Amino acid sequence: MAIIYIDGKPLETQDGQNLLEACIELGLNVPYFCWHPALGSVGACRQCAVKQYRDENDKQGRLVMSCMTLVTDGMRISVDESESKDFRANIIDWMMTNHPHDCPVCDEGGECHLQDMTLMTGHNYRTYRFKKKTYVNQNLGPFINHEMNRCIQCYRCVRYYKDYAGGHDLDAFASHNHVYFGRHEDGVLESEFSGNLVEVCPTGVFTDKTLKEHFTRRWDYTTAPSVCVHCALGCNITPGERYGKLRRIRNRYNRSVNGYFLCDRGRYGYEFVNSDKRPKAPLKRQMIDGKPVHVPMTRDEALSEIGKFFSNGSKAIGIGSPRASLEANFALRALVGAENFYLGLSKADGKLLSAVLEIVLSGPARQPSLGELKDHDAVLILGEDMTNVAPIAALNIRQSVNNQPRANAKAMGIPEWNDLPVRRAMDTDRGPLFIASVAPTRLDDVATQTFHATPDGIASLGFAIANFIDPQSPAANVSGEVRALAQQIATALQSAQKPLVVSGPSCRSEAVIQAAANIAWALCRKAKPAGIYFAAPESNSVGLGLFGGANIENAAEALRKGGADTLVVLENDLYRRVPAALVDELLSLAKHVLVVDHQYSATAQKAEYVLPGATFAEGDGTLVNNIGRAQRMMQVFNPEGEITESWRWLRRLRAASGKGREDEWISFDSFLHALVAEIPAFSHILDAAPTAAFRVGGLKIPRQSHRYSGRTAMKANVAVSETGVTADPDSPMSFSMEGFSMMTPAALMSSFWTPGWNSAQSITRFQEEVNGPLEGGDPGVRLIEPQPDSAVPYFDAVETNESHDAAWTALPLYHIYGSEELSASSPAVAELSPKPYAMLHSDDARARGLLDGDAVTVKIDGQEISTSLKTNDTMARGVVCLPAGLEDAPYIEFPAAAEILRSVTS
Amino acid sequence: MLRKMFDVLEGLYSHLRSMGLVLKHTFAKRVTVQYPEEKPPLAPRWRGRIVLTRDPDGEERCVGCYLCAVACPVDCISLQAAEREEDGRRYPEFFRINFSRCIFCGYCEEACPTYAIQLTPDFEMCEYNRQNLVYEKQDLLISGVGKYPGYNFYNVAGLATKGKPKGQHENEDAPVDVRSLLP
Ligand code: SF4
Ligand code: SF4
Ligand code: SF4
Ligand code: SF4
Ligand code: FES
Repeated sequence: MAIIYIDGKPLETQDGQNLLEACIELGLNVPYFCWHPALGSVGACRQCAVKQYRDENDKQGRLVMSCMTLVTDGMRISVDESESKDFRANIIDWMMTNHPHDCPVCDEGGECHLQDMTLMTGHNYRTYRFKKKTYVNQNLGPFINHEMNRCIQCYRCVRYYKDYAGGHDLDAFASHNHVYFGRHEDGVLESEFSGNLVEVCPTGVFTDKTLKEHFTRRWDYTTAPSVCVHCALGCNITPGERYGKLRRIRNRYNRSVNGYFLCDRGRYGYEFVNSDKRPKAPLKRQMIDGKPVHVPMTRDEALSEIGKFFSNGSKAIGIGSPRASLEANFALRALVGAENFYLGLSKADGKLLSAVLEIVLSGPARQPSLGELKDHDAVLILGEDMTNVAPIAALNIRQSVNNQPRANAKAMGIPEWNDLPVRRAMDTDRGPLFIASVAPTRLDDVATQTFHATPDGIASLGFAIANFIDPQSPAANVSGEVRALAQQIATALQSAQKPLVVSGPSCRSEAVIQAAANIAWALCRKAKPAGIYFAAPESNSVGLGLFGGANIENAAEALRKGGADTLVVLENDLYRRVPAALVDELLSLAKHVLVVDHQYSATAQKAEYVLPGATFAEGDGTLVNNIGRAQRMMQVFNPEGEITESWRWLRRLRAASGKGREDEWISFDSFLHALVAEIPAFSHILDAAPTAAFRVGGLKIPRQSHRYSGRTAMKANVAVSETGVTADPDSPMSFSMEGFSMMTPAALMSSFWTPGWNSAQSITRFQEEVNGPLEGGDPGVRLIEPQPDSAVPYFDAVETNESHDAAWTALPLYHIYGSEELSASSPAVAELSPKPYAMLHSDDARARGLLDGDAVTVKIDGQEISTSLKTNDTMARGVVCLPAGLEDAPYIEFPAAAEILRSVTS
Repeated sequence: MLRKMFDVLEGLYSHLRSMGLVLKHTFAKRVTVQYPEEKPPLAPRWRGRIVLTRDPDGEERCVGCYLCAVACPVDCISLQAAEREEDGRRYPEFFRINFSRCIFCGYCEEACPTYAIQLTPDFEMCEYNRQNLVYEKQDLLISGVGKYPGYNFYNVAGLATKGKPKGQHENEDAPVDVRSLLP
């Protein structure tokens, strides 16, 4: 702790901080541009100048850049002193010489850090009378709009994009006052994290291109705290709605989860919510002109007709979903009965998920939170391409390679925030990161070593590493080369302070997952606080796994046995999970098929009844992320038609069938309590957010800003008399601007705003300390904690079978754009989805006379897939990789035996 | 006694003075106008019916910036910005003013950075049906420039427009050549 005197007042600050951080924590308004809490200081913009005095007798003082000045005990400074004030006003004046006059058509306007800082320094008339500089813009792809005239040359974008996110294709060009920020030529930004430029750039150079299609100003959104549904990490987001359409996704800071950043799938995958194809009313299949057509029906019709199928004495089979909330899955379980509830996973998926759960529930290794991934100093990834499966985890692992070299800087006495010297001191050094995967991954560029092999090969390497760390753990039979690598990795992990082992289900191999566990456990048993981190496939996979239950194949068996007339499929497209023949059989075995979903999926299209479910933006629910963190998503807006949460539909059906009372589980809280009473594993989810009865000073928390506009006109075309505001019985938030928006608990915080701070930078005003947790603690609760003294035995090593017969092993490759069902139907993401391909090692291809780009047919399980061949020089041999989960691609149960034939061209 | 007599006289005077004034006003010039037969003159800056104007080139001036909407104290303006396909020029996809709420304060006009929205000296917009007081863009948009004849936002904004790339508008330098290191 250091005491500093600001304008004569003694104030407490933290040691090792810079003056700007100290001032921000003290709530002072010191303007800045180039400093960013995640990027540190470089002293480039000169905006943060303050006066520093030698001692109390020094009346003259000198100007210092607060972001570059270390806080020292007894330091004397002034923020309000006139010379420093003039200096700051001048800096803005100069920045403005070339800034255009286009705020009215700039999408940053209203949440622009440059506007805020201009106002803060009091610069309001431009003195520059000469010609303004102009720049030609670039087309940077479907996500980012570029308007280079607005740049103030703060360098934040390249520091973020290159230094932080590891991108290579955005840079500063030209020199002196011509500096240009962009690509070397027009083209799609390569980084999967490019969308963060929108929030990192303090001006409107980089703005959200999908938002442009339906532009709305910051103050006009209806927002609520929510959670990204496009992968299992559960990044915190703030979706914004206007006129009944979801307009954009912004980051919601949570130190324990995503921090300041989102991936582009999460930021731009939202448009599926606005799709016209979604069911908006209950649908019933009828034969019209000999063709089955879905016709809408009213809610009452639907409930009385469908409710009958669940009345006492009749049996229904329910299939849950890893992309539906805990509440929805529980409501289904309550409707059909626990014994008839099946997880919406294939047998293979279920097995991989239980393997992971078994390890994290019984083992001694702790799962770090997503945010904590940055703190590890040696990482081993077994069988995952994190960037494409768990994007923000990859971004954080990328930061972890700096931890060991950072020690160099620390030894030289350079404070951590002093970015440039720290990077010079680190030079090109990187901490240990080992990646074992089937094919190259997007993190390979910072890896110490990569190892490409079949899943069995990867598992063997893992078992060998574990055996090196703790000879008690079973050895694997590996070649000398692999042995040497295993030893190298084992040594690196053992000599680290906080080693981490990362794995997941992407290799479709239990052995890989178990090998990862063996390594982490071996480290723990050697008294290393090793972390274990598993990627999971979908937003609520782990939550679903915690319910426990059988899989889709078992559901089919139950239906075959007879006795059940009705099949209920919850938010699940079965055609993406099991072979089409099995789904067809399932659907034909049941007399009645009901699908509750927000997507008009292939499964829904074949159902007799479809009930329109709510997306994440239209309903409340709880999701459990890959490490078992339960997080609440709050409803953002009231959807049109009969759309409502799946759990609410299922509750209504339960009441209509006579199984439940009409007034039972009406409110979200009562429903949550029923869930927790039934399944104690979830008891902590009650702490994920305050109950609906929560108030601040007797008031609800508004979803709209205090300057929400157009209230008396937006619906006036329909009827000039304003309708009342819909009440929200499920949360302590109101669907209007009425309420109290200050002192909001973090779990209810959707919009970060304080007077004078309208941009994304306002977040620092809501943190306990710079880069610290949100005031009152980060939202979310961990449901899974390690068993430190666990004596669970090591897993046995796999028998590797290195000999390849004629058949190829087909394995999936996941793609950030395209492999996930919901985001893939959003136009911007769909634009970047890969075309179908089959990828082989170049030598394997050559041996069969095939070349890159050849048209080939891949035969798997009797299916023939025509596609084009891609070759790769480093991937595993004997393996053919196919993109996973692409729209319209047939389902393949990986790993599969495949044959590859050259397509006959007619 | 004396005091009472004084009071009476004072009262009498006051009455006579009032009657005198009334008599005088009988011959004064009349202020009341026989509206609607007779129209009173209105100052050009009278704040009445709102219009959306066009720039000197005949293009819609409004760029859909939402500043009028947020400035409006009764929140009676609602719009949606859109972009013209060919050159990215912004315009309002719809623009609605609920005149049954408008208090004609003129804040919208003050907030407008493009001089698009203007209040005019027309107040004759009564309706029997309140719904008819909801004006859409086709009711608001006029063909003229209104009060500010010369102004064209896109000439000074710094954005490329149709047929006029970067560097060709007022007070602009030619675009920077990124590949040159010359000053
Ligand atoms: S583009 Fe934005 S972030 Fe980059 S230098 Fe310019 S103002 Fe700063
Ligand atoms: S990393 Fe996953 S949860 Fe986070 S924004 Fe991306 S898709 Fe969403
Ligand atoms: S005159 Fe005032 S009340 Fe009427 S639309 Fe403009 S800002 Fe709103
Ligand atoms: S302030 Fe002017 S330019 Fe902006 S939306 Fe209103 S009328 Fe259009
Ligand atoms: S913030 Fe200190 S110089 Fe830019």
